[in-house]
Amino acid sequence: MEGTRHWRNVVVLWLIASVIMTPIVIFVIGPGLPPGNGSVQASGQVTDNTVLLATATPVALAVLVYLGYVLWAFRERTPEVVVDGPPIRGNSSVQFWWLIVTTTLVLFLAGYGTVRLLADGSGGGQGPNPIAVPATPAGGKRLVVQVVAQQWQFNYRFPGYGGVETNQIELPENTLVQFNVTSLDVIHSFWAYELGVKADANPGVNNVAYVTTKGPLIFHVRCAELCGVWHGYMFNQGQVVSKAQFAAWIAQQQVKFAPATKVLPPYSKTYFPQPLRRGG
Amino acid sequence: MSAIAVSAQTPRTGWRKLIGFNMLTGILLGIVGWFVGHWIGDRIAGANVAYYSAEAGENDIAIMLGYFLGVVGFLVGLGFANYPVKRLLGHPPSLAERESEEEGVFRYFTLSTDHKVVAKQYMVGIGLFFFVAGLNAMLIRTELLQPDVHVFGANQYLTLVGMHGSMMMGTMTSGLLGPFATFLVPLMIGSRRMAFSRLSAFTFWLLMAGEVILLTTIFFGGFQTGWTGYQPLGAQGTAGYDAYIGFFALVGLSMCLFGFNLVVTITTMRAPGMTWSRLPIFVWGAYATAWLMLLAAPMLIAALLMAASDRTIQTAFYIPGQGGSAYLFQNLFWVFGHPEVYILALPGMGIVLELMPVFARKPLWGYRLAVAGMLGIGFLSFFVWQHHLFVSGINADLRPFYMLSTELISLPTGFIFLCAMGTLWRGRIRLTVPMLFCLGWMFNFLWGGISGVFNSDVPSDITTHGSFFVMAHFHYTIMGGLIFAFFAGIYYWVPKMYGLNLNERLGKIHFWTLLIFFNSTFAPLFALGFMGMPRRVVSYNPAWQSLNVWVSISAYCVGLSMLVFLFNVVWSLLIKREPAAINPWHAKSSEWTLPTPVPVHDFDRIPVFDADPYPYGVEPAPPRAPAFAPAGGSG
Repeated sequence: MEGTRHWRNVVVLWLIASVIMTPIVIFVIGPGLPPGNGSVQASGQVTDNTVLLATATPVALAVLVYLGYVLWAFRERTPEVVVDGPPIRGNSSVQFWWLIVTTTLVLFLAGYGTVRLLADGSGGGQGPNPIAVPATPAGGKRLVVQVVAQQWQFNYRFPGYGGVETNQIELPENTLVQFNVTSLDVIHSFWAYELGVKADANPGVNNVAYVTTKGPLIFHVRCAELCGVWHGYMFNQGQVVSKAQFAAWIAQQQVKFAPATKVLPPYSKTYFPQPLRRGG
Repeated sequence: MSAIAVSAQTPRTGWRKLIGFNMLTGILLGIVGWFVGHWIGDRIAGANVAYYSAEAGENDIAIMLGYFLGVVGFLVGLGFANYPVKRLLGHPPSLAERESEEEGVFRYFTLSTDHKVVAKQYMVGIGLFFFVAGLNAMLIRTELLQPDVHVFGANQYLTLVGMHGSMMMGTMTSGLLGPFATFLVPLMIGSRRMAFSRLSAFTFWLLMAGEVILLTTIFFGGFQTGWTGYQPLGAQGTAGYDAYIGFFALVGLSMCLFGFNLVVTITTMRAPGMTWSRLPIFVWGAYATAWLMLLAAPMLIAALLMAASDRTIQTAFYIPGQGGSAYLFQNLFWVFGHPEVYILALPGMGIVLELMPVFARKPLWGYRLAVAGMLGIGFLSFFVWQHHLFVSGINADLRPFYMLSTELISLPTGFIFLCAMGTLWRGRIRLTVPMLFCLGWMFNFLWGGISGVFNSDVPSDITTHGSFFVMAHFHYTIMGGLIFAFFAGIYYWVPKMYGLNLNERLGKIHFWTLLIFFNSTFAPLFALGFMGMPRRVVSYNPAWQSLNVWVSISAYCVGLSMLVFLFNVVWSLLIKREPAAINPWHAKSSEWTLPTPVPVHDFDRIPVFDADPYPYGVEPAPPRAPAFAPAGGSG
């Protein structure tokens, strides 16, 4: 049977390609996947991305190997003459097994993603009533930081430290940080890339995201939702520092911003400072 | 069928043709309508202008009324009011105003009820705005050559981004169905026309009016929201955002009515013997898409009407703190917006599966599975929209559901791939230009699908959301998918539509340059997104500059590749004009049994179908019914 020979060739080629490529994806490409190991949640995302890529590799290879093979094997060598191929209209066992395999893959991916998401929230915004709260590292307590986005900057308010508001952010290492993200005007998105945190800042909404910091690190904060003319300039840098350095820094900020803190509105989950205005 | 009424008036000749109901009159009345609307708006709300935006002197009510009456004037000038007015005055019904009356180029600038004329109007109109929107992309990439503002200001840059996105999305919703379904669905199902011929013309001219309205945004300060138009940023925007609303509302209306027209046509106008299980797969693709257009577009129209009333009569649907919600717009927009991306993708799948049997010389493999795939994609696409809002904080506990539903869509999409792959198996594959574009579609859509898995997975999406990764993903599905299928369709059907051959060598150059430079443009964007570059930014980390320069240069090469295509069109269709064979691809579907050019009334006799359109490899070929079959209807 000619068909059987071709079929065997495709399967063998695909197996060879998969056996070579999948370990490369897992062990060479995987560790370099974003967003790096800046926090527990970021590391979780790297693992997740590796699993997705490793699952996708044999699937993509199956299609590519197949396409390459059929274009080589079944290409019309004498295009001047029009000759028809065999009238094959389907193959129920191929269709059946395709359905079984793809369904299994999809259910596995959805299940895996759900488990990972519910384990620690993966650093994503979870709205006002979070369902996935990561465990606090031993001997520490949770640090609450309110991220107040406005056109076109992020400010950070520390309710545990007298409600002081800063325009820079530093976080202590090995600590569970709770970001309460909100906006004063339009929709922004708080994206701390190296920490693996992203949460939309909606006006009138308290969007909570968790991150468990690791060691000292400089991270980049960018706005990830189009928020008007200067959206491209809405970024700054933050740092994860040792607990002692953080204590010193926040004490310094409290002194520095004491006059401003007095005139700020009292700490609240959301603020409605002023009506919308035209322009931008 | 009753005799088709032919207008009794004698055709005008020479410059006198310009007098009457045509595009020129439409444009003139459109301009008049704009000024009348603006004048009324100033009378109504002129005293309140300061409330809206004193320094810019904007009055949104006047601008909106101007757009509205401008569109009404345009349509009246084209002659859309003639039929209802005549009927109101007691004249007898007639099917066609212009059918069979005009023969020359002039008929393309009038209201025509001939589906073949409308299809060619769509082809040129959509091609025109596709190139305008593509030019915007070139300008965007020019700005991104440097990490800081250097050619355009930040506002101009965002306006370019918004216009590129809106125009591509709005235009290409009808990009495949407009030219190809309008032309081919009646021919493929054995009908002489679309169910609602006048509506066909209406949806086309409405789309064109919308495009022009979008272009006017540059006179009103542009808009800063991108194609998604999020609120309350939109409520804050200058009057340029009114153009966005006007454009997308008209696109929505056009889409909805077009879908309605297609659903009715395919459901009720099939010739005897054209059962559901014999429908060409392209018609199935059009049918699934038509349902999406019909059901999803009203959401968009509703969302935009609320946005318009927020801006004009000071309601607060989307204004937080005044009882509105910023989530509401996101929800409504994406309830439309996700079916929308399948409105773009499904007809492309239909074209690819329709063409593969012709060039593999085999019947379509797994016809029923392909149909199930298309209907499955259409159905599931209504249940996935909140994956655009995974980090927005809305319904956080529903995220596993949306993750599952989104990933489930890859099952019916897999069916489409399996059918395409099965059709190639043991075929006699002929690598013609249309076939190359179909294979290019498979290659690109594969990466679009694989990258989509990262976006659908919540933990992974937390990094990729709102980044260049998403942008690369949907350009792989839309540009790599839809646009490749669009060109496959053009190279395949132009010999039937225009009766002329496109140059094959230029076609092959177009294909290979497009495939290479498309991938070279968008593959690095996955990397940029992974490295943390957000979408729609005018400035970026200087460390990413070399990659961005690479992308920009590749994008220019994509532009050059499109110029090759444009040259091919001008050379082959306008200058060389080499007549095409009746059936140059030796295809066995019914549109190729008709003479070229297709007669005004398509079929001398309504055909009777006795097989599906893929009888390849069957010797001797079964007798084909169309055109010479026993009468199924009277001439």
